[in-house]
Amino acid sequence: MTFEPTLVWAIVLLPLLGFVVNGVVALAAPERKIVPTIVGPAVIAISFAIALVNFFGMLRTGPETAVIVPGYTWIPSGSLQVEASLQLDQLSMLMTLIITGVGFLIHLYSVGYMHADKGYARYFAYINLFVFFMLLLVLGSSFPLMFVGWEGVGLCSYLLIGFWYTGKVNADAGKKAFIVNRIGDFGFIVAMLMIFANTGSLSFQSVFAAAPSAFTYGGAVVTAITLFLFLGATGKSAQIPLYVWLPDAMAGPTPVSALIHAATMVTAGVYMVARTGVLFALAPVSMIVVAGIGALTALFAATIGLAQYDIKKVLAYSTVSQLGYMFVGVGVGAYSAGIFHLMTHAFFKALLFLGSGAVIHAMHEALHHTHRDWDAQDMRNMGGLRRYLPITFVTMWVGTLAIAGVWPFAGFFSKDEIIWQVAARAVGPFRGWFTLYWVMALVAALLTAFYMTRLMIMTFHGKSRLPDEERHHLHEVPWVMYVPLVLLAVLSVLGGWINVPAAIGRMPVLGWVPHAEWLHHWLEPVTAAAERIQAANLPALSETAPFGGGEALWALVSFAIAVATIVIASAVISRVEYRPALESAAPAGFRRVLFRKWYVDEIYDALVVRPVIRASRWLWRWIDQGLIDGVLVNGAARLSRMVGWFGSRLQTGQINTYAFAVVLGVIFLFLFVFPRLF
Amino acid sequence: MIREILWWIFAAEAVLGALGMVLSRNPVGSLLSLVVTFFGLAAIYVLLGAFFISAIQVIVYAGAIMVLFLFVIMLLNLGHDYHADLRRGVWLVLGGLASGLIGFVLYRAVRTPSLELPSGLTSPLDELVQRQGAVGVIAAPLFRDFSVAFEVTSVLLLVAAIGAVVLAKRRV
Amino acid sequence: MLTLSLVLAAILFAIGVLGVVIRRNAIILFMCVELMLNAANLAFIALSRAVGIEGQVFVFFVISVAAAEAAVGLAIIISIFRHIETVDIKNFNLLRW
Repeated sequence: MTFEPTLVWAIVLLPLLGFVVNGVVALAAPERKIVPTIVGPAVIAISFAIALVNFFGMLRTGPETAVIVPGYTWIPSGSLQVEASLQLDQLSMLMTLIITGVGFLIHLYSVGYMHADKGYARYFAYINLFVFFMLLLVLGSSFPLMFVGWEGVGLCSYLLIGFWYTGKVNADAGKKAFIVNRIGDFGFIVAMLMIFANTGSLSFQSVFAAAPSAFTYGGAVVTAITLFLFLGATGKSAQIPLYVWLPDAMAGPTPVSALIHAATMVTAGVYMVARTGVLFALAPVSMIVVAGIGALTALFAATIGLAQYDIKKVLAYSTVSQLGYMFVGVGVGAYSAGIFHLMTHAFFKALLFLGSGAVIHAMHEALHHTHRDWDAQDMRNMGGLRRYLPITFVTMWVGTLAIAGVWPFAGFFSKDEIIWQVAARAVGPFRGWFTLYWVMALVAALLTAFYMTRLMIMTFHGKSRLPDEERHHLHEVPWVMYVPLVLLAVLSVLGGWINVPAAIGRMPVLGWVPHAEWLHHWLEPVTAAAERIQAANLPALSETAPFGGGEALWALVSFAIAVATIVIASAVISRVEYRPALESAAPAGFRRVLFRKWYVDEIYDALVVRPVIRASRWLWRWIDQGLIDGVLVNGAARLSRMVGWFGSRLQTGQINTYAFAVVLGVIFLFLFVFPRLF
Repeated sequence: MIREILWWIFAAEAVLGALGMVLSRNPVGSLLSLVVTFFGLAAIYVLLGAFFISAIQVIVYAGAIMVLFLFVIMLLNLGHDYHADLRRGVWLVLGGLASGLIGFVLYRAVRTPSLELPSGLTSPLDELVQRQGAVGVIAAPLFRDFSVAFEVTSVLLLVAAIGAVVLAKRRV
Repeated sequence: MLTLSLVLAAILFAIGVLGVVIRRNAIILFMCVELMLNAANLAFIALSRAVGIEGQVFVFFVISVAAAEAAVGLAIIISIFRHIETVDIKNFNLLRW
């Protein structure tokens, strides 16, 4: 039984249709809300439905190879033939389900969150366009098409970060995201050109088919290609050193943070590494780099998250940290583990962001009533919100337990899978590095549990730090906003059970599940090629972690760490007396270093931004104004004026002069026509 | 023999007249020198067997056109109170250079013949003149082969006459 | 004599060129042009002895055109003279930078 794809182009093009419709509304009648309310979520819902149909078809038939859905020939240029066609396989199917499914819930939530915004139609136009590009990114069958999606989501991200463009902070954050992403895109383009130069093709299937013979294992070329690709991934997925844009990107509307900057777009880099797993498997050095950057980012961002007061900033650094985990997963070659964490993270981080959105929404409305000039996002102004936002409170705790890695929530399975895979793959040439990453990942897990508990305690527990007048105005959010929360909470609980590790699956209570490692097997057709390369060149996976102990034991250990951290953190944080933001002293000591994010922005400012500005100013003053304007542009004008001046001196107005010139001309004509005469 | 002597005489007259025209300070003197040149040329035309053109040269050129020039000179009152208009210095050198070069080129062109010129005094033209007469020999091709050009020339003259009137009249 | 006539035509033409370059009186410039036309005429007539009668027909046309040109040119000189009261071309310098 072969797999027949159904209307795959419709999945991609429906959000584009939504963009067109909402865009027209936004331009023609921006105050109309009915059309965007219906069209915006509906196109995503239909896309999701079609994706589900394809998913069940794929589930039934289990195709071993990717299905190419042809479109048209986009770039027919000599030996470069780029087809605009879609590639449906298990990986892109999963991504499509995440994007449209989570995307639909967030669209629904946006209806409530954005209902009072003047740019309502514009918002839905942008976010529909984003979904279109994101689907193109994951479904495109070639590097250029993926790049189109890659750039497109970057554009939408820019547009949505700067959605409230009248605030300079928001506009600057948008620009920062765009410029930092450019650096990464440069890497992507270079990698793409190198791939074409070495394999003569750009479509995934032919590149991956040609890769094992075109590149030598561990060769310089494939290492360079993968490192350039990874540079692209660090930009898009906010990894060290290009992560700085993501925390600032929280300037956008919260549903945008949930969809673009947590669930989907920022995971594009993870998807890309998984997609090009064949190339990464051929470059062990790149694997060490990818996993290393991932581990470092996971740890580093988690430390910053410990000391932030802005609820969205905490979640942003948490996202950076979790993305680091995913890169650890795909970096060590455990592609299914990385994708698994991508999926569960999409659920619980979207949940957490939407929950924080609900909190901000409630805070904002309460503060709006009394016009008090307090920051609606600062956790120091919150506290005790569980009484006013019970549904949000419960669902966010679900998300917190999931991200902290507590059984039976999704994060337990996915994060534990990554941590275990690092340990199991710390063999052969990777032994030293991966052992280090494993320790870093464990520490980061501990920190994750800590800062998330801190967020929850500060926001929902204790006494409310809002003055009484505002407290009366705190209300639970409307149903369009909490229904997505509840659904995502359910997914955050159940999502992990689709890939229970075999070792845990064998344990009595902890992991009863009929299909252990279902996701791993599901993705096998996609990851098989990379796994074969790894199996051929690396020793077998270890059964024990570097310091002894099997998978099940370490799962129990990390579970214990998470629970212990949460308990201890609750006790510690509950005892801290927080005061409203305006009355608090600035953090001091090491906490200040963390609060100021290790001064990375300041360091970048001094090392990169200022020199670039100085160099630009110099170039502007001397090269642009001096050389180009002065010598080339004005110089050309001045030269022609000078020549003209000399020429005009010849124009005496005296007929004699002209006659003499005519005679000379005649003589020269003779010279040319009858050279014999001279 | 006598024709050759006469040719030299008239050639000298033409060259002297031309030089006189260029170098004379008085416009009237210039003009009269040019008339002298034209007469010399008319005589050379006769020696070359072009009797009709010779007559035209004297009647139309030396007679009509030069009188027109003289008339204009008188009309504009340029016959006296004229001031030297000969350019000197560099322009004299340049003028000499230009005319010398042109003369040299033309001389070389004559000296490097591309067709066989009859060296003697006889020419097939002379026989034709004998048979058809001096006017007939030019009238036949003029009204047969060049009739269109001839008619166009009449239009040109008409246009020139109208143009001259329009230009010279104070108010049209 | 034929060749000599051509040489004479070259000499007269050169003298005409000299006049055009060194004289400033507009009327004399005209006369120099006439002289050059006559030099051409002489060449035509001399060559017509070798080539055929058409040379003389051409001279006929040249004379007509010279007459037309003289008529129009002198009219122009008259109208210029009305404006600037001189025929010295050093004052006809509107065609300058």
